[in-house]
Amino acid sequence: MSAVKNYDAIVIGGGHNGLTAAAYLARGGKKVLVLERRYILGGAAVTEEIFPGFKFSVCSYVVSLMKPIVMRELMLPKFGLELLPLESTFTPLDNDYLIRTADPDETYREIARHSLRDAEAYMRFGPLMGQIGMAVRPILETIAPNAIRPSLSDLFAGKKLLNHFKSLTSVQFEYLTKLMAMSSADFLDEWFEFEPLKATISASGITGTLMGPRSPGSAYVMLHHYMGDIDGSFRAWGFQRGGTGAVSMAIARSAQHFGTDIMTEAPVEKVIVNNGKAVGVALENGDEYTSEIVISGLDPKLTFLKMLDESDLPSDFVTDIKNFRIRGSSGKVNLALDGLPDFTCLPGEGRHLRGAIIISPSYDYLERAYDDAKYGNFSQEPYLDIILPSVLDPDMAPPGKHVMSCFVQYVPYNIKGGWDDQKREAFGDAVINALARFAPNIKDIILHRQVLTPADLESTFGLTEGNIFHGELTLQQLFSLRPAVKWADYSTPIKNYYQCGSGTHPGGGITGSPGEMAAKKILKDW
Amino acid sequence: MSYGNQFTAHTQLKLSPFFERTSELNESQEWRRWSGYLAATNYELTHENEYFAIRTKAALLDITPLYKYIIEGPDAERFLDRMVTRNIGICKVGQVMYTPWCDEEGKQIDDGTVQRLADQKFRITSAEPNLEWIETNAIGMDLTITDDSKTTVALALQGPNSRAILNSIASDTLDNLKFFWMMETRFGDIPVSISRTGYTGDLGYEIWMDPKDALSVWDLLMDKGKPFGITPTGLQALDMARIEAGLILLDVDYISSRHAIVETRKSSPYELGLGWAVKMKKKDFIGKKALEAELARGSEWEFVGIDIQWIELENHYRKVGLPPRLPSTAWRTSTPLYKGNVQVGYATSGCWSPILKRYIALAHVKSDFAQSGSTLDFELKVEHYRKLTPATVVKTPFFDPERKRSCPQ
Repeated sequence: MSAVKNYDAIVIGGGHNGLTAAAYLARGGKKVLVLERRYILGGAAVTEEIFPGFKFSVCSYVVSLMKPIVMRELMLPKFGLELLPLESTFTPLDNDYLIRTADPDETYREIARHSLRDAEAYMRFGPLMGQIGMAVRPILETIAPNAIRPSLSDLFAGKKLLNHFKSLTSVQFEYLTKLMAMSSADFLDEWFEFEPLKATISASGITGTLMGPRSPGSAYVMLHHYMGDIDGSFRAWGFQRGGTGAVSMAIARSAQHFGTDIMTEAPVEKVIVNNGKAVGVALENGDEYTSEIVISGLDPKLTFLKMLDESDLPSDFVTDIKNFRIRGSSGKVNLALDGLPDFTCLPGEGRHLRGAIIISPSYDYLERAYDDAKYGNFSQEPYLDIILPSVLDPDMAPPGKHVMSCFVQYVPYNIKGGWDDQKREAFGDAVINALARFAPNIKDIILHRQVLTPADLESTFGLTEGNIFHGELTLQQLFSLRPAVKWADYSTPIKNYYQCGSGTHPGGGITGSPGEMAAKKILKDW
Repeated sequence: MSYGNQFTAHTQLKLSPFFERTSELNESQEWRRWSGYLAATNYELTHENEYFAIRTKAALLDITPLYKYIIEGPDAERFLDRMVTRNIGICKVGQVMYTPWCDEEGKQIDDGTVQRLADQKFRITSAEPNLEWIETNAIGMDLTITDDSKTTVALALQGPNSRAILNSIASDTLDNLKFFWMMETRFGDIPVSISRTGYTGDLGYEIWMDPKDALSVWDLLMDKGKPFGITPTGLQALDMARIEAGLILLDVDYISSRHAIVETRKSSPYELGLGWAVKMKKKDFIGKKALEAELARGSEWEFVGIDIQWIELENHYRKVGLPPRLPSTAWRTSTPLYKGNVQVGYATSGCWSPILKRYIALAHVKSDFAQSGSTLDFELKVEHYRKLTPATVVKTPFFDPERKRSCPQ
């Protein structure tokens, strides 16, 4: 227990965004306390030794878009941030495979094996997505203006963005519009013909979202993932040495370096509100801490509907938050392995095991997987995004052994009849079977299996409905609408109560961005 | 992946005894010349994994092309102590010292390590041939000089897992081997010397052996090192690591005074950041008088780290509609540094540091402008146009992990 009971700022939730906000506030000279419910910091970015000797990035598993300015300002490399490149994307097929690597010649040749036309188009596709990413980046880096009652600084921000939009080339404008409106399947059909290539690229458009590749809006989610390739420092896509928990720990060490107090196993029960103003928090054990401001790193549902009483909030806002779409659609299967998976289409150990392994052979495969979820079942043949962390970082498992992380879609939170142990294991079996279709030896090398359904993600990590992004990244809940109109600038209807989780602009992924921008806004308001 | 391509070529260059393995592993078939040898630039098509092996796993490098000389005899200690700037008199058997050596004008000729193999026996390594210099200065001394360059070959095993790999092979534990010490041990029945040295600024070792054992040692390391992520690594990754470690490279960061042609090309150890290695309390050594004078009047140049500021650099690219583009490998082109409108220095090598997330360089800067924290302007070419972008002078090494020196508890 912290001896101090009064702080300048209290952050609820020791996830990576909460820790980032805390570090920035402490760096700004504030006395900050972080309260984490679990025994371990990191929220969804956490590494745990679930099986002796095997370290799992239990929930989030790759670092996609970690903002370079956050790395620099919080000195994260000094505190342990070490991002290893994920070099390839391997799509096993029944009698063949598709691989894209960090080397353009190799990638060209590999795609050309399937379609010469696609190989050429692919050479233009990457740079174009980079250009579009550049066009979007200023939006991501702007505190979302209040679109209804803009303040002076909102108007400045709006003017800046307007100028930015005026500066876009016609190509940038065209593709930005397409990406905002189209389905990833339609978008990619304009570019490529080889189905597994399209399906693999489109898959990033369904991550964390209850949509199929043919659902309109999925193209934007795809773009959100592409941003990782262009953001500031080279190859921002990567695997953190020691797992994603090590990213959180680097941020936590930075926060502590700036003087932040951190308490684990300190679940917050309520935010204490006095005359429409947040004045502190009450823990589940009855302890109370007071502070000038309170910041929640939790998702919008928990931030407003659990940490506050509905009666404290305007009713239209409560309606907005209740309507905020946060449907869980993904699960996680983590495996401790006695050896490496042996893919029938590309046998043996090789560099293809060092990057992402994607089970997504066709649009139809993905759409069928989505269909199951639409009607309340987990996908019988799910989409899998797999990495083998121990191949990149041998310290993740004992010598010669391996850990495998399988991100699985689709797994609805609201499964027919509700989740139970039997269904969880059946879901785990479906994942193993989907993998065994391409790597039959997998069943013989599993030493331990951890299956996490959306219900498990909710109970373990406090992710409402198990949604990994604290709310889907669809147009109606982005930018000035994330999480609700008028309250997208990290402030809330409760004075001195702020939000900084992935449910705020610019959204999910290990970016540090919501935490950073929230803290900068708070320091400006102070 | 292996595509089963067979590649053979004839070359006039020297081949190390490891070439039988390295040539098979080199998928990119990119080679550089290193002291007349064919040396792998990188083994994979890109060097990234090899770079990260140095920093997070274990990298295996063939360092056979180093020049090596054995100095043996009653006067060996006295001779080396006179030749180099470090104090060889206090170098114990089993100890290794990194040292520069100079000409009589106090200008640096080369740098390398001195290993004390026995009371009267030393091995000195160098980047360039030094036999003539050694022999010239040994006249009248009771010692023998042997060119050991071909009779001893070496591998460097560098990275956080290097100790675990060696412990799984060697007959003796390496847990007690301290930074810049060496030991004799065996890999099975093969005798090897292992020094805790390297050119990466990380935990790492160099393994010295008879050429006839080269392939057996390579195979043992690759086999036992596999679960620890051992990775054959080329010079491109090494170049980045040594810049992060602030380690200088002859003919890139400085020119040997023996080949400099003009005076301005020469540098003293003080001007190369090696003042710590010049032991003025020693009775005498080659170049001492000149270095004493330099110390008294102050050096004209300093060798410093440069941290090129990211936001301003990014803005330069943003203005032309591009994301920042840096060379993905280390560069070696001399690049001007300005203060105001005046050039006050030049960077000699630099790279984007993936582990530090900083754009760094090593530079010669006029002493008046070389204080840590001061800001200079670094010349940058953006879309064919020269721009100036701010760079901060910082102390080297840029990267200095605790594991480099520590021993397990």
